[in-house]
Amino acid sequence: MAVGELSEKRPTRYEIEDVEAADRRSRWRFRILFAVVWLGLIIGLAVGLALTGRIDPAFILEVGPFILDGTPTTLLICFSSILLACVLATLGALGRLSGNPVLNAIASFYVSLLRGTPLVVQILFWYLALPQFGVVLDALPAGIGALAFNYGAYMTEIFRAGVEAVPRGQQEAARALGMRESEVMRRIVFPQALRIVTPAIGNEFIAMIKDSALVYLLGVREVLWRADVMGTRFFRSTETLLIAAVVYWILTIVLSFFQERLERRMARGDR
Amino acid sequence: MRTSGIEKYFGRNHVLRGIDLEVRRREAVMVIGRSGSGKTTLLRCINFLEEPTSGWVEVDGLRVEADPLHARSRRHREQIRQIRLRAGMLFQEFNLFPHMSVVQNLIEAPTRVRGLPRDAALELAERYLEKVGLLDKRNEYPARLSGGQKQRAAIARALCMEPKVLLFDEPTSALDPELIGEVLNVMEDLAHEGVTMIVVTHEMHFAREAADRVVFMEDGVILEQGPPEQVLNDPHREETRNFLRRFLQT
Ligand SMILES: Nc1ncnc2c1ncn2[C@@H]1O[C@H](COP(=O)(O)OP(=O)(O)OP(=O)(O)O)[C@@H](O)[C@H]1O
Ligand SMILES: [Mg+2]
Repeated sequence: MAVGELSEKRPTRYEIEDVEAADRRSRWRFRILFAVVWLGLIIGLAVGLALTGRIDPAFILEVGPFILDGTPTTLLICFSSILLACVLATLGALGRLSGNPVLNAIASFYVSLLRGTPLVVQILFWYLALPQFGVVLDALPAGIGALAFNYGAYMTEIFRAGVEAVPRGQQEAARALGMRESEVMRRIVFPQALRIVTPAIGNEFIAMIKDSALVYLLGVREVLWRADVMGTRFFRSTETLLIAAVVYWILTIVLSFFQERLERRMARGDR
Repeated sequence: MRTSGIEKYFGRNHVLRGIDLEVRRREAVMVIGRSGSGKTTLLRCINFLEEPTSGWVEVDGLRVEADPLHARSRRHREQIRQIRLRAGMLFQEFNLFPHMSVVQNLIEAPTRVRGLPRDAALELAERYLEKVGLLDKRNEYPARLSGGQKQRAAIARALCMEPKVLLFDEPTSALDPELIGEVLNVMEDLAHEGVTMIVVTHEMHFAREAADRVVFMEDGVILEQGPPEQVLNDPHREETRNFLRRFLQT
């Protein structure tokens, strides 16, 4: 009946396909122009730097490998710190969500203290001040500890917000099914909170890559430390710092790429 | 199922003023009343999602007293859990678990809470999915279901716990009009099969068809109750008549 009339008014197949093709073309045009501009800016920057005549390409090739060798150390610092930070943040968030005033206060104190003081101060404290209390740490563990505790504080708040963002009705439905409080949290609330905070964890990780450079102060042989050593030895800090900057930049680009993919995977099935 | 003298204050706000309600096995009771009369609060007090200020709830021989001062004690909490196992609850906004497929939603509590083996839980889940007409959606995630399908899945999830009574809080009021029918049909089937239920609803046609008894609430008390024909067509109380008249106008 009415269905037949309606379908006659619809655009024909060809028209739909034409529209789709035009859509595709304009999407591709966007992508290509986008990539061209990026490439242009990179080449422009490189040429501009070269034209100043202050950059020595031969020197870059010479010290490049030495600086690049710091990448595994940088990554090691980042991965172990972020893992440890996640553990601390989980504990911190449990504390902040707890009805127990003692646990809640401890967690709140931790967050306040570590977010309220400069990261550099914390890093130096772990390495230079802790020994006065009899705790002597190597540079690498001191750096990882400092980064992890600092990021753990920020992530505590992220995790807490994630748990609070899970709709109230989810807990109520789980309780109404007779689940115990611990099961409600473990099986219903936390898995959903994890999805909510995944993008934020990715952002923290990317920030960590850049902040990890600060541990060069302790003499950890990561990317920036190597750049600094070579730069001062040969009085050519411009080149070495450029190399370090590019390494950090590329690391963050690669990570953003994976972060986006992970986010898209987790978004599936959701809501 | 029985409640006696249920009272509930939210702060100084006296929301339930002594509710005595008895629901016999296989009975379908529909609760009507204007917004803010305490219908939702009553259902939430029955399975202790809200702790009543006083009174008691008895379901299938288990009686639990309101104990607002010791609401956190382990014994009280375990008793509440036992009540919840006997009284399944359906919500206005469904509250399916979005990170689980339909069938996982259904077997989660039976395996964890009732301790059923997975196979038995799956069998149960399939039986109830078939009953609500969603067997083909068993592996979908809630996000891909329509509102009506979500509520039917939620009903199947509650049935998998094989409760003694089902509590429905306006199960169709978040649905588009064309989806309401499919949910009400399922509920009507359940009522006719003798599933004990208490339904808060604004669907008067449905109440007329499926109810064994209609309860009219106002200002936290039950003003009138009786067979649907009597309460809906020929109410004794002036308040009930006013409510129905205004309701039918809008
Ligand atoms: N969590 C709460 N905290 C404080 N007051 C509440 C809370 N829940 C409900 N109330 C109050 O209790 C009263 C009854 O609310 P209730 O939700 O039980 O009404 P209802 O009959 O279900 O209404 P509706 O038809 O709109 O769903 C209202 O005055 C409401 O403001
Ligand atoms: Mg309500």
